[in-house]
Amino acid sequence: MTHKLSADNLTLIRGERCLFSGLSFALESGGLLVLEGRNGCGKTSLIRAVAGMLSLEKGVVYWDDVPVEKQRQEFHGSLVWLAHRTGLKGDLTLVENLGFERHLRAHSNRDPEEVYERLGIARLKKLIVRSLSAGQQRRVALARMLLSDVPLWFMDEPFTNLDREGRALVLELVDEHLADGGLCVMAAHQDFEVNSPMTRVKIQ
Amino acid sequence: MTESVREIPGILAGLAATAKRDLLLAWKRPGDVLNPLFFFAMVCTLFPLAVGPSAEQLEFSGPGVIWVAALLATLLSLNSLFLSDFEDGSLDQLLVSPQPLPVLVIGKTLAHWLTAGLPLVFVSPILAITYRMPFSVIGVMMLTLTLGTISLSLLGSIGAALTVGLHRGTALLSLLILPLAMPIMILGANAVSLAAHNDIYSTGIWALGAYAIASLSLAPYATAAALRISNE
Repeated sequence: MTHKLSADNLTLIRGERCLFSGLSFALESGGLLVLEGRNGCGKTSLIRAVAGMLSLEKGVVYWDDVPVEKQRQEFHGSLVWLAHRTGLKGDLTLVENLGFERHLRAHSNRDPEEVYERLGIARLKKLIVRSLSAGQQRRVALARMLLSDVPLWFMDEPFTNLDREGRALVLELVDEHLADGGLCVMAAHQDFEVNSPMTRVKIQ
Repeated sequence: MTESVREIPGILAGLAATAKRDLLLAWKRPGDVLNPLFFFAMVCTLFPLAVGPSAEQLEFSGPGVIWVAALLATLLSLNSLFLSDFEDGSLDQLLVSPQPLPVLVIGKTLAHWLTAGLPLVFVSPILAITYRMPFSVIGVMMLTLTLGTISLSLLGSIGAALTVGLHRGTALLSLLILPLAMPIMILGANAVSLAAHNDIYSTGIWALGAYAIASLSLAPYATAAALRISNE
């Protein structure tokens, strides 16, 4: 089953400032959308708006050609979001954190142990998240994406705090996800290469 | 991955998971639970020291003091209901989850009541004895406190959701919630007073029950809407 995420003529105004206007894009299964622009230009706001957390001044976001506000639950059931703030509870261990997420959205049949091993967080299982380094917390947030079975990935600056090996791992995971028929929307500063078709949107 | 049929966990699973996570967090940080409880106990024990230990006066003021202290202790604990979720980004994750937000709100409010409201109910008999409250009246007091704290947690969640994005929103939160919370306190304290005078008190209990049911059916939607607005 293929999916399609498209946006038509999006305009977002925050306070007095118009972050972007007339922004349109279309993304199909296997595609990667990269949002580019300088700091504070509205990349995160665009992701939040597309995810339905900010109300747009104008424009419609479509998921499988149906406006998302008509199928909010369906749409939210198809996405997972790696945000700037990881959304993990500092007082819980990573297993407890991810166990909670498991009850929120559809989960993949990947073995959690293998995912932890692959992300290099297997030996941190007994520690509370607060005691992990920023990069390690990012890796736990990545585990959330791998453990859920959703086609659409939102990644807001996924390379922050990660070491070189971690950055390569992110690209590898994105490539795998796209090859599997997934979609990915990514906000990023850095240049990088992936094997899948990539669309770039520059926010002025 | 997309070929498999995606199964979103049921809403009860979402509710239970949210409540369980918040209970686990409360277990790991017992200070947050104990602070309002200490406040409640302190107000109730300090009051007789200030007004004097005459039996008549204690019996007269007992229900009122316990109810005011319970109301303030609950308000004290409400501020943190959504604050940590807002700060660490897990509120965002709840908002983009496929679970209906009002259900997740009920889960969080349930955990709040279990850690903030219910302990007050269990501690109150010890304090009531110091006010020379007879055992038959203590039962009535516990019942009113149970119903009242349920309403307070639910109504308070609306205020907590509205003020979560503001820094130092505690004062505003109290201001928003007090008009809604006042009837609960009046009904509760009044019912206990009536019971102490061997009068008919059941009207107050029914009214508190109705208040709790109305809160349960309306507050989660209001809280969910408020959370979406606050988090924009």
